[in-house]
Amino acid sequence: MTVRGVKNDAEVELEHSAASSLARLRPFVGLAVPLLAVAAALAVGAIMLLALGTSPIEGYRAMITGSLGGADKLADTAIKAMPLMLVGVGICIAFRAGVINIGGEGQIIAGAILSTSTALLVPDLPSAILIPMVLIAGAIGGGIWGAIPGGLKAYLGVNEILSTIMMNIIAAHFLSFLLQDLLIAEGDVKIQQTERLSENADLPLLPGGTRLHLGFIIALLVAVAAYILLFRSTLGVRLRAVGHNPHASRYAGMPVQRSIVEALAFSGACAGIAGAVLVFGSQSHRLIGEGGAAGFTQSAGFNGIVTALFGGLHPLATVPASFLFGAMLNGGIAMQRAVQVPSAMIIALNGVVVIFVVGSLRLRERLQRWFDDRVGIETSKERA
Amino acid sequence: MGDFFTVSALVVTFASGIRLATPFLLASLGETLGQRSGVLNLGVEGVMLLGAFGAYYTVLKAGSQPLALLVAIAIGIVMGLLYAVVTLVMQAEQGISGIGVFLFGLGFTDLAFQKWVGTPIPIARLEPWPIPGLSDIPVIGEVLFQHNPLVYGAFLLVPIMTYLISRTTFGLNVRAVGETPEAADTLGVSVNGTRLVTIIVANVLASLAGAVVALEVGNFQQNLTAGRGFIAIALVYFGAWRPFGAMVGSLLFGFVLALVNQWGALGIISGSASSLAAMAPAVLTIVVLVFISNRVGQPAALTRPFDRSN
Repeated sequence: MTVRGVKNDAEVELEHSAASSLARLRPFVGLAVPLLAVAAALAVGAIMLLALGTSPIEGYRAMITGSLGGADKLADTAIKAMPLMLVGVGICIAFRAGVINIGGEGQIIAGAILSTSTALLVPDLPSAILIPMVLIAGAIGGGIWGAIPGGLKAYLGVNEILSTIMMNIIAAHFLSFLLQDLLIAEGDVKIQQTERLSENADLPLLPGGTRLHLGFIIALLVAVAAYILLFRSTLGVRLRAVGHNPHASRYAGMPVQRSIVEALAFSGACAGIAGAVLVFGSQSHRLIGEGGAAGFTQSAGFNGIVTALFGGLHPLATVPASFLFGAMLNGGIAMQRAVQVPSAMIIALNGVVVIFVVGSLRLRERLQRWFDDRVGIETSKERA
Repeated sequence: MGDFFTVSALVVTFASGIRLATPFLLASLGETLGQRSGVLNLGVEGVMLLGAFGAYYTVLKAGSQPLALLVAIAIGIVMGLLYAVVTLVMQAEQGISGIGVFLFGLGFTDLAFQKWVGTPIPIARLEPWPIPGLSDIPVIGEVLFQHNPLVYGAFLLVPIMTYLISRTTFGLNVRAVGETPEAADTLGVSVNGTRLVTIIVANVLASLAGAVVALEVGNFQQNLTAGRGFIAIALVYFGAWRPFGAMVGSLLFGFVLALVNQWGALGIISGSASSLAAMAPAVLTIVVLVFISNRVGQPAALTRPFDRSN
């Protein structure tokens, strides 16, 4: 390193151009680091495939063609992306407010239960009323399931990581109870499922001849709404301030406790809408508990977390991120058919992705800071 | 209800409560040590599943329970090293990286089970080792002294862990690193070195806890541990980061599970109500957390990565 002031003009000139090209490179760091993390996770997945005696190339090829090859496959990928997008957008709100919401699973289930109950109670309402009603019911269900650990954290100091995990377990057992008891379909069916819910509540298919339905538009709208809430509203400023520094926010007169409850309630509401979309956008149009709670939620409550982190906790960036993970999930099913690897592989792979993406965040932060420092030094030199 | 309040039914309930407390105890003792050093290991559930499958598969193929325990220990060491890389080197957010470990354990054990085993094949369960003399005492002997060796081992670990944390130099280092890592570092204590050891111990105990579940059930299935690992983490809070407290919590949860099982077996709760009863441990955990929170301070540096350059 040369000491400042002893560089000749040519050197300074050179560094200026270097600084400006650095500034241009900076946004790519935000993208490249998590992408590399996913690539590393896929490499681990390849080792797992090898250990299971299958060709990773064949496996991944089936995964790619199964998720991206053709309009129908893309539509199915978008369908898998929907709950991830909704949960992920909710996670953005909670994490930005400094609250770690691991309770997406429970919030999805709570939303599904309340929206299903609504459709069972008033099945004859016209679609134009019933569809918004079941979606709002889903948001309320998930919102309540999020507000409970929010209140416990804000007013009683209960660690929200633990309480949201417990709320997941409670919701899963409660769903199992309801589907064996109050909500079980008529007749002597032994399957844990409701009857076919009112056709008036079916989410209509979008034009294009695929299975893509209205849920997709709803998920996009929720993402935009969450963006406005977080970055274009006073409430968002308050939530982010509380997340950034609760103590300073308290001195500034902000209601920190209420903000924590609000953040988890909004976060849960997004997951709750995902629950409603999973029920009323499904092909069976029932709430089904077969294969355990994870069978219904598709583990979106957990996968939504990694989706949000991958999107840098930005609601709009979470949208493309949800497609990446939706493609992995959808491709996993194709891989299962092509090379006979159980789709549990995808859950394991998602775990590895979570670890790598979370692990890479510090690296991304450091690299970005390094870029900012370089660019900052050069810019200040330029001014002088 | 009348059937339940007979001496024999109560003895069975208490004895099975102690047995069911063992996985909670092993996992929460390890987690206690880890959290005292400032590391939250949220992956307990995943490591338990891996340990459970490893032990199950070993007994299935090699027919040896001691070997199964060694395999579980090895799995714990490997997972500990991996988690140490993620936590200490990559400095990942511990509240989330552990969920990754959980998902990996959940998915991988299900995958391996489907691929390598297929249909559930029962294995030999752990045999009780009645303690000579003591086990002949009526009632007390049956409740306390007719268990398998892992139960005794887990409860013996309580005083050992207490001594380790509060009476040894290593324990002092663990506490220093968990409260003020910067000060510990200034005094020449290796912060990450100490945490590496506690992470490995925590993972080995979690893996053993999973092995205990598999060897007591004598079988494996998807998500065998059913949230026990997460409850074990809550028990660390319940126990105010002390081994003895973790033991009290583990026994409480063991008895709750034993009651639910026993009432189910006696037909006191049946059918769909058993799903409601299954909510009990999670509800109890939240209630317990409400009473514990704000009373005892957690280790000051919990979940905070140590970075000298900061």
